[in-house]
Amino acid sequence: MEALFSILIGVFFASAVYLMLSKYSVRILLGIAVLGNAVNLLLFTAGRLTREVPPIIPVGVDVLPDTTANPLPQALILTAIVISFSFFAFLLVLTYRGYQELGTDNTDEMRLAEPKDEPLPPLGY
Amino acid sequence: MAAPTTAPIDLSAAMVTAPTALADWLVIAPMGLMIALGAALMMVRHKLWLHGWIAIPGLVALVLLDALLLYRVAVHGPFTMTAGRWLPPFGISFTADLLGALLAFASGLVALAAGIYGLRDINDTGRRYGFYPFLLLMMAGVTGAFLTGDIFNLYVWFEVLLISSFGLLILGSEREQIDGALKYAVLNLLGTTLFLIAVGYLYAIFGTLNMAQVASLAGEQREGAPLITLSALFILAFAMKAAAFPVNFWLPASYHTPRIVVAALFGGLLTKVGVYALMRVMVMLFPLEREELSLVLAVIAALTMLLGALGALAQSDLRRMAGFAVIAGIGNVIAGVAIGGATGVGGAILYAMHSIVVMTALYLLIGEAARIGGSWSLQTLGGLYREAPWIAAGAFVIFFATAGLPPFSGLWPKIMLLKAALDVGAWWLSAALLVSALILTLALGRVFLLAFWRPQLAGAAVGAPIAPNSWQRSTPIAGLVAVIVVFGLFPDAPVRLAQAAASSLADPAAYIQSVFPAGGAE
Repeated sequence: MEALFSILIGVFFASAVYLMLSKYSVRILLGIAVLGNAVNLLLFTAGRLTREVPPIIPVGVDVLPDTTANPLPQALILTAIVISFSFFAFLLVLTYRGYQELGTDNTDEMRLAEPKDEPLPPLGY
Repeated sequence: MAAPTTAPIDLSAAMVTAPTALADWLVIAPMGLMIALGAALMMVRHKLWLHGWIAIPGLVALVLLDALLLYRVAVHGPFTMTAGRWLPPFGISFTADLLGALLAFASGLVALAAGIYGLRDINDTGRRYGFYPFLLLMMAGVTGAFLTGDIFNLYVWFEVLLISSFGLLILGSEREQIDGALKYAVLNLLGTTLFLIAVGYLYAIFGTLNMAQVASLAGEQREGAPLITLSALFILAFAMKAAAFPVNFWLPASYHTPRIVVAALFGGLLTKVGVYALMRVMVMLFPLEREELSLVLAVIAALTMLLGALGALAQSDLRRMAGFAVIAGIGNVIAGVAIGGATGVGGAILYAMHSIVVMTALYLLIGEAARIGGSWSLQTLGGLYREAPWIAAGAFVIFFATAGLPPFSGLWPKIMLLKAALDVGAWWLSAALLVSALILTLALGRVFLLAFWRPQLAGAAVGAPIAPNSWQRSTPIAGLVAVIVVFGLFPDAPVRLAQAAASSLADPAAYIQSVFPAGGAE
């Protein structure tokens, strides 16, 4: 199961990187969404994937047996999901506003803040 | 149904049974105060006249709390409070040590300065957008990052300050701001995501997220663990947050777009949180890996400071020039981390503190210069020396401090870094430090020459009448300049504190002791 998930996560990362290398802001945004999910799945898988055994420490033992899934990574990704979701919402609005204001979704043409023909400082007076 | 157990449960094995000492609450007081006041301000968002009355006393209280914290840590050593009364490492610990307390104090100071400056600089629209709530929440994030003792919690504080910084960056929703914010948001989010991956791997290797426990375990669990890979991932993530070469291009793309007081806060604080995390993780948690990767770090540092200085030389927009000056400073701090040792890391810590104050002052001063001169561009600015001699005097101090020239605060960390670099025989790194300082001196000297000494240009637009000077604008700059001068003339105490912070970072026995008083981390 873990091996299968590892491959899936690899595919997620690869497609996220591919999408983020695009110059169109919507694809970059999709890449970020996929990347966030790739990271969450990675943490989830790292905490072992078993569902039959409840994570209860048996009497007389101090730590969880190896057959149970570690609940802490699941707690971590719950936090991370909430955070990445809210950031994604913000980025979505920002990209939309960017498209409205700048009239393009091509990052090559977003040169408003860094104009191409900005003059060099004067050499003297 | 099972009979209820009659055997008494020994709670002290899992929980802190003694109530938390009142003094220990101090470590979370700054964040608690900032979040509470930020939320309160959010509720009175439309009562604009209230904002200053809530935010400025709040920021004064933040500075006082940070000062108390620093005093307590300097006198009694690091101390810890763990959330929910769980025994660490199960609860989330907040640990104040000298490094965190020093940086928290410096950032509290500049937040107060920026808050006062904002009283005049941020108009009603900006306040309605929520300048003050975002400012306080960002300070919660910054201070929390400096004081937390749990690495996942560090990630959460990173996100807190990041989302507040988005709000500050697009205050006013101008077109340039949207353009800059897009690049800033995407690349910073990528940086924190990389950090999250690294945190996941760290947990997979060590089975804990508590930094004190990782530091005490790192010796035992080295065998076969991919720690170099993990360290490289941490370095990439933090380099991205700190705007180190070659992942720094979001900074000059965005830092010149927001209101000048926001740019001042960003330039002073945000990149420093990145280098703080780099120091905490690489020096305290992975000292051996830092040794291994020190050449990589040194090359990054040299390229960052040279790129920053050259970039500053090539800009005619004053704000963009300041952005590159921030990058050059980051190079200096990373150089100290690369060299290591009490002098190297001490120099880096001192430089980070100096940079927090000076970069904020630089941006605020540029804002004043542009307000009086009516332009951001070196092409058209002129005659400021005649118009505003006091601003010129402030510029003189701040420019000298930025370039690391005596007798101001930039000199001492630079000397420490140079000495440390020469001691380990890294002549090329010390050469890069000096060349970068020289180029920065040229760039800033030219600003002084063109904007201040050059007579006002004949065709210069004498546009809107200049608003009269006000205390809200002049006191923050004067205060920061005073800090720079005093720190430059009497460097003894800061240097000693920075060196103590560096040695306690390299040998975190006291830090671990404060989290696990019984030496209990197995």
